Amino acid sequence: MSLISTLARMEAVESGRAQPLATVRHRRLSARPLVLVPLTTAGEAGAPLGALVGTDPEEPRLLVVPQPRDRDLRFAFLADLAEEILPYVDSFTDVVEAAERNEVDPETGKKVKVEVELCADAPQLIVPSRAGIEYVRLLGRSTRFRRTAEQDPETPFPAPPRVPLLGRWLTHFGERARVPGSSLLLSATDLLNRHWATGQSSLEDQHLGALLAWIAPCDGEPGAEAALRAEVGRDAQGQLLCPPAGPATDPAFDNKLLAPAIERYDRARQSLGAAEDGESADTGLAELHGAERELRRLIASQLKPTWHSVWRAIELLRELPEGARVEDRWTRDRWSFTGHRDRIAAGEPPQPRRDDAVTAASKLAAREQAQGQLEAQEALDDPLVMAGRRLAGEAFSAEVVEVTMAWTESKRPAPRPLVTVRTDDRPHLAEKVKVYRSLDGKPQAAEFVRYEEDGSPLLRILDRMGRSREPAEGSVPEKGERIVWTLFEHDQRVGPKLPDPEETPWTHGGPPRADAVEPPDAVTPEDLL
Amino acid sequence: MPRPLDARALAALAANPGCKRRAVLDGAGVDKSALAAKLGSPAPFGQSQFAIVRGNSFEAKVKADGGRELLRLIGVEEPGEVSVPDLAAAGPEGRVARTALALREATGAGAWTLLDHPLLALEVAGSPVHLEPDAVVVHPDGGWTVVEIKSFPMIDGSADAAKVGAAARQAAVYVLALERVAARTEGARVAQSVLLVCPKDFSNVPTASMVDVRKQRSVTRRQLARLTRIDEIARALPEGISFDVVERTAEELAAAVECVPHQYAPECLAACELAFHCRARAREADAVEALGRSVRGELGGLTTVGAVLAAARGEEGDPEDPAVAALRRARALREEALAGVAACR
Repeated sequence: MSLISTLARMEAVESGRAQPLATVRHRRLSARPLVLVPLTTAGEAGAPLGALVGTDPEEPRLLVVPQPRDRDLRFAFLADLAEEILPYVDSFTDVVEAAERNEVDPETGKKVKVEVELCADAPQLIVPSRAGIEYVRLLGRSTRFRRTAEQDPETPFPAPPRVPLLGRWLTHFGERARVPGSSLLLSATDLLNRHWATGQSSLEDQHLGALLAWIAPCDGEPGAEAALRAEVGRDAQGQLLCPPAGPATDPAFDNKLLAPAIERYDRARQSLGAAEDGESADTGLAELHGAERELRRLIASQLKPTWHSVWRAIELLRELPEGARVEDRWTRDRWSFTGHRDRIAAGEPPQPRRDDAVTAASKLAAREQAQGQLEAQEALDDPLVMAGRRLAGEAFSAEVVEVTMAWTESKRPAPRPLVTVRTDDRPHLAEKVKVYRSLDGKPQAAEFVRYEEDGSPLLRILDRMGRSREPAEGSVPEKGERIVWTLFEHDQRVGPKLPDPEETPWTHGGPPRADAVEPPDAVTPEDLL
Repeated sequence: MPRPLDARALAALAANPGCKRRAVLDGAGVDKSALAAKLGSPAPFGQSQFAIVRGNSFEAKVKADGGRELLRLIGVEEPGEVSVPDLAAAGPEGRVARTALALREATGAGAWTLLDHPLLALEVAGSPVHLEPDAVVVHPDGGWTVVEIKSFPMIDGSADAAKVGAAARQAAVYVLALERVAARTEGARVAQSVLLVCPKDFSNVPTASMVDVRKQRSVTRRQLARLTRIDEIARALPEGISFDVVERTAEELAAAVECVPHQYAPECLAACELAFHCRARAREADAVEALGRSVRGELGGLTTVGAVLAAARGEEGDPEDPAVAALRRARALREEALAGVAACR
């Protein structure tokens, strides 16, 4: 945590209200995001209990698994989830715009521009918390290798038709969420924490209810008190006033309410199965419906508050204007979405359990690059973020006090104006250190020459002044101008190119085997997803 | 009735070694859950019965077939005869003695032995603590391996790092306790890696991985050695102090707890029953640590939120102090940025 954000947290402690950490919104918020609030069964890996899902805050779709250990009921849940999520995803695949991509021509080895499609917009999934993002990954992993009856008539427990496809999309969303600055899959807590500092620690900030209590308390109640009530407040029955944002449930809810309700459901199913005549079958069915209704009510009671909290978070974030460079990162998200759409259309197999060496290395390199780019872009978009970089000596705001024209000593002299600036900041400047400023959205480089006698830095402008001897209009800083210079680059350099997967050296496992098909997870007599 | 320390509590101590409050309360065997409830900040911990049922059925499955399933996980397909001695005995001391005897016999036997829920003793702060690992496997060559059975899944060969870490810290305590027995047993050697058994992927089928716990073992050992100073802390306490949860009133207990200094950090919330109580105290005291352990580093001698803010605003503090100077610069930059944006809107 930087000193500036520590200070913001302390101001929040004092005022009892969260304090801004950003002056613009640094993530894309889709006009039509899909919110997913999942719940899972304690102790089981990937056995969903229920979910609220939808694009309309007023009309969520409630999905419930009345008996989480029952494979058929789980499949029914996943099929329903697929029916909610896939049409939403599909609604973005057909609206495309023309774009160009650089590709290497396989015959000539030259770089050529290729006309490709780029989806004009992309879907956006929002879950309550980081654990929710992990759960999306888990659901993706558990379903993408499933076999449907159509794919494999022999498969012992065929999955409903669209479930494996759902798994592939959820895996893609989960994987993309690991790229810094991406907005395909976001969590409400991460979004809020990026933009506000509360008067509590970052660990406590993972609790969505407590977080909102600091950022948007009702009736101006002090944040700490409202947050404490969200964390531990319980009603007369011992149930949390603010249920956990999932996917884990509160043990008191499991033990006191959920377990008896599931037991009642099991009993009703048994008695229905054992019914010998029409009359007892009718009563059994009525009892079963009653038990299921009760379970739906219980699970909805745990999901609803979180559902509203997530939409409340979205509302709060929409009040912030979007940062100028967010669009650029969203375009990358659109490329990633389009790429996955194309892989599915081309009939490629689901994402493997483990990436091969080249894929893994390029993913890591891409994330590293995205991290650097995100840090630079956020600072350029937001003076408050830039303030943190200035405090760290990685940027400085300076007034131009003198401009002296100078040229290179070559046959065709190019302008290299010398600019004296005055700053109160303390950048880590040394001879030949490069600094950058944003000129019409593009970076212009200068190098530090020396400190003048009064301590003012002297900079030499290096580029973006046109080709002629006289610099282009507006390309040289003018006296009196106030400019923010950064010591970090505005664009990230792309790392060295990796070999094609087919060229993977033996030290890294050799080329991927073309004949190796990922088998579905083995089926055991136990219940499993 | 004092509540005995278990391996989980010992491991949690290692997470916050400087907390005297926790050391004293644990050392005295105080039921911290009951204490926290009486103080008005009940611990939020609980376990879902679904998780318990699933955990028990998984453990039964791992130990099925007379221990052969577990040996298969170690990598022994044909163990020959596997002996599973009966460890039942009267009282904890009896069970500890029975376990030590079974370990001695098994080590000499030159065959595979599975000890199901043995009971080990470890001296902590001058009194014995009883520990019950899920299982211990004795190899024909005299090696002893601690087995830790957990119900979180291992998906595609990897599990949640935080959960594996907690399991490793817990198992390290068992390794320490076993080493005491091994020191008195000829030919015995305690493996420094433990066998972590988890469900594979989304099934109930067990899979296992050896986890090296050398680091956790040495951390815990150092921590336990430091724990012996509990009596020293206790000596510094006023006469007649009592943590009797049943007899004393909430006010008396609160006063007693207040006598022992805590070292609250947000990490406590996940591990200690008293965390919410200590957090409230830390916040009352305006302590900067309530915002996170790392916060202290940049603030020099400033320990309260009020002092930090006063220093940042230039109301207090020595401008020559680098921490104060940095705070003032931070505040000035922050205000400048916020004012600039407000002016634009």
